[in-house]
Amino acid sequence: MPAEKTTIFSPELAARFDRLVTLYPVKRSALVPMLLYAQDEIGYISDAVIAEVAERIGITELDVRNVVSYYSLMRTKPVGKYHVQVCTNIACMLRGGNELLHHCSKRLGIGHKQTTPDGLFSLEEVECIGSCSWAPAVQVNYDYHENLTLETMDKVLDEYRAKASK
Amino acid sequence: MADVTFTVDGKQLTAPKGTLLIEACRQAGIEIPAFCYYPGLSLQGACRMCVVRVEKMPKLQTACTTPVAEGMVVTTESPEIGQARKATIELLLGNHPLDCPVCDAGGECELQDMTFKYGAHQSQFVEIKNHREEQQWSPVVYFDRPRCILCYRCVRVCGEGMDVWALGIQNRGSGAVIAPNKQDHLECEECGMCIDICPVGALTSGTYRYKTRPWEMSHVSTVCTHCADGCKTTLGVRRSDDGMEIVRGDNRDKSGFNNDFLCIKGRYAFDFANREERVTQPMLRQPNGEFKPATWEEALDFAAGKLREIRDSRGGKSIGVIGSTRITNEEAYLLQKFARSILGTNNIDHHRTADYPAFLAALKAKGQKEASIRDFADAKAILVLGNDPTEQHPLLAWQIRNNVRNNQARLHAANHQDIKLRRQATSFLPIQQENYGALVAFLAGNEKALKGNAEAAGFRDALRKEESIVIAFGSEYRGKDIEALIAFGAGFKNVKFACLGDYANSRGASDMGLLPDLLPGYVPVTSAGSFAQEYGAALPAEPGLDMIQMFDAAGRGDLAALYVASSDPVKLYGVDPAALKNTFVIVQDMFLTETAKLADVILPAANLYEKAGTATNTYGDLQLVKKAADKAGVRADFDLIVRLAGHMGHDIKTLVPFGKGLLADFGQSRGTQSGEADRHAVWLTAHQLELKASPFDPFAIFDEIQRLVPAYEVPRLNLMAGNDEHLKSDLVQIQTGAARRDLVLPSNDTLFTSGTLGEYSQMLHSVMESRKQKPGRNSRGLMIRKA
Repeated sequence: MPAEKTTIFSPELAARFDRLVTLYPVKRSALVPMLLYAQDEIGYISDAVIAEVAERIGITELDVRNVVSYYSLMRTKPVGKYHVQVCTNIACMLRGGNELLHHCSKRLGIGHKQTTPDGLFSLEEVECIGSCSWAPAVQVNYDYHENLTLETMDKVLDEYRAKASK
Repeated sequence: MADVTFTVDGKQLTAPKGTLLIEACRQAGIEIPAFCYYPGLSLQGACRMCVVRVEKMPKLQTACTTPVAEGMVVTTESPEIGQARKATIELLLGNHPLDCPVCDAGGECELQDMTFKYGAHQSQFVEIKNHREEQQWSPVVYFDRPRCILCYRCVRVCGEGMDVWALGIQNRGSGAVIAPNKQDHLECEECGMCIDICPVGALTSGTYRYKTRPWEMSHVSTVCTHCADGCKTTLGVRRSDDGMEIVRGDNRDKSGFNNDFLCIKGRYAFDFANREERVTQPMLRQPNGEFKPATWEEALDFAAGKLREIRDSRGGKSIGVIGSTRITNEEAYLLQKFARSILGTNNIDHHRTADYPAFLAALKAKGQKEASIRDFADAKAILVLGNDPTEQHPLLAWQIRNNVRNNQARLHAANHQDIKLRRQATSFLPIQQENYGALVAFLAGNEKALKGNAEAAGFRDALRKEESIVIAFGSEYRGKDIEALIAFGAGFKNVKFACLGDYANSRGASDMGLLPDLLPGYVPVTSAGSFAQEYGAALPAEPGLDMIQMFDAAGRGDLAALYVASSDPVKLYGVDPAALKNTFVIVQDMFLTETAKLADVILPAANLYEKAGTATNTYGDLQLVKKAADKAGVRADFDLIVRLAGHMGHDIKTLVPFGKGLLADFGQSRGTQSGEADRHAVWLTAHQLELKASPFDPFAIFDEIQRLVPAYEVPRLNLMAGNDEHLKSDLVQIQTGAARRDLVLPSNDTLFTSGTLGEYSQMLHSVMESRKQKPGRNSRGLMIRKA
């Protein structure tokens, strides 16, 4: 990729991508990590992300969309600043995951895959996040909150709200 | 590879090592059902229908991904396997709507057949089926998600087969859908391969959907009337108010060299035949300049009377005849015979799109060096010079892609454009448009010929490594350049050549002598010996006027009459209408073309789908043309020529030698039927054929062609059975070649244009229209996939 090429990503990420495509026997293998890094920076996988990733790897946009649509952890719509992911798989469910989800929904006034009007929170019911030993668990962006009760959940949400207003 | 021996259902079979079990079984006549497996495409292993029991293997195995092995013992049908397949179908039917009574595929649906066979008619699912609305992706392609069984055949044929990569799979599990490349619409070559290959009715076509049921059609296998590749197409025809209308074109029986391939033109652009604007009755120009419908007798009497009067008073030299690139060989032959032996003129020509005379002259005395289209399917190396096969010869491009993908053939190409086949090329040389001749000189060793092209030497080195090669060249090569190219090609150990022309029977028009200086088989008019004998008439010995000279003569007032058969030269050559104002013009055509508008008599003509005979593709493959459709009021060009001759007072038997000669139809054309003459007559009538006792029988003329043109002396039985026969072009006795005047005018058609026929195809128009409306594509309208 020539240096003067316009990119929608930060210079750091663009540089990282330049290297990433050289690491695999076929460029295509860089697709999933690239999409995840792009999602972290842009917030979601926009049409512009798809176009640039396709261009960088040398595959069609359709190929990129095929992959993006396969994985539930890749999203094509923006989420809130804090993306609250409540696990309701078996361990969490037995320990009150569903109640946590309903509680969050009521507290935030939004449902599954919705975002608050202020753009601060979004909510998603997710499959196992690998924290069964400390169920029920919730993942906010990349941070884990475990052994939650309705009260501690409130606290977690309040902390994020406070952090945002700083 | 070495053969292995294995046992299937108690039968001992042998197959080359590495053969897939499913293929080995099919070749031995053991059918293993499969939805996702498709010969020639990559393996998917998605549908689980082909499961079989292989001894000593723990679970049922998929026959489509298991290679045969020595000593393998296989069971393909058992209660266990039946149960497994039934369960698969039950899952497939979980979301599949049971709208078979209205589905296009109903009656020829693989899922329906399998359900019938394995009896999964009871479902244990009580959940509501997932439903999605059907979508239109292009004027051609519609998608009905609920019917899709996710076999991925469409995705693979579009990508691997067509190299278009316009279809993908999105989401996963039961929510998975086939997706078009532009999210809500397709940007592709609109070939319809995905629709044809779909085992169910998930992908349907804009021309056929909800129009009829498969069993209501008659299916006639004939030759496509568009480009010069001559694909076989099976036309589905149905009775309509005014004859038989074509409702579908495909080649699902995989007969012929194109297997199941057809492009958009073969599959959907038959609609010109059903156009309302077709001329369906003879018309005569009135003194006030308007056309008035007339009866056949009036029109033929008038036209024939005028022709005879002009011939008798002003001589044959004052009459011109223009033939077509889309009529049968028999019609082209008959037209020149009519011109030469009845009108007494050599002023006969057609729209030339390739320099076949120069090509065949250069091949003379070199043995059988002309390539069949079949040669491109298994050649080890291919050289394509000029032309853009993807646009102009879609079948050639398909053969080359498959050969490169499945047999690792090497493609070398040189072109002044960035043609799409470049993606398959081992080596590609960009050259200037004016350098095609210089390229051959360079390849032949003249270092100075291609100065300044740095890549040329590497290209030549790559070529020099080849021992066997098939060379296809476009209309960029003519006359002396063809001669030089053939001379260069002779340096390879094994070489074959193909000359790429543009229309369905361009080759036939040339072979059959629609030329002012050459008789059928390229015999010069100056030595018409056997022809004069056969025709029983003295033939004009001087070369006549070519296309351009004829219109020049008309402008000077030296052309008293012009007879045009299924061609539109006025539009093609930009002829000034005023040039023809003192010429008596007879036009037989389907539509009121630019030329027809200037006619004094218009005779409604049939198209290639509405007549019988033979046609020759640009590679010299001869094929049978069968009558599929019918339109009340129109007549084949053959009939029109014969009737015109009859009305001129000519003895028809000398024009069409019906009822004489040992090569007459003794039953070749009626398959397994045999017996008494009346039974033959019944069979012929039922198949819309006429008895050999008729002056309208094209095969009476075909007999004569075979007598007079040695290259066409091919086995008749195989031809009549619907197979292609390669011409014996080494028997062409041409004497003139490179020195002739160059009148080649390439049509420059694309995938979505097809000369006059294309102008009257609604489907081609709507595809081009929809591509204009969707912005953001490259000039070719195709997505480019980078390596």
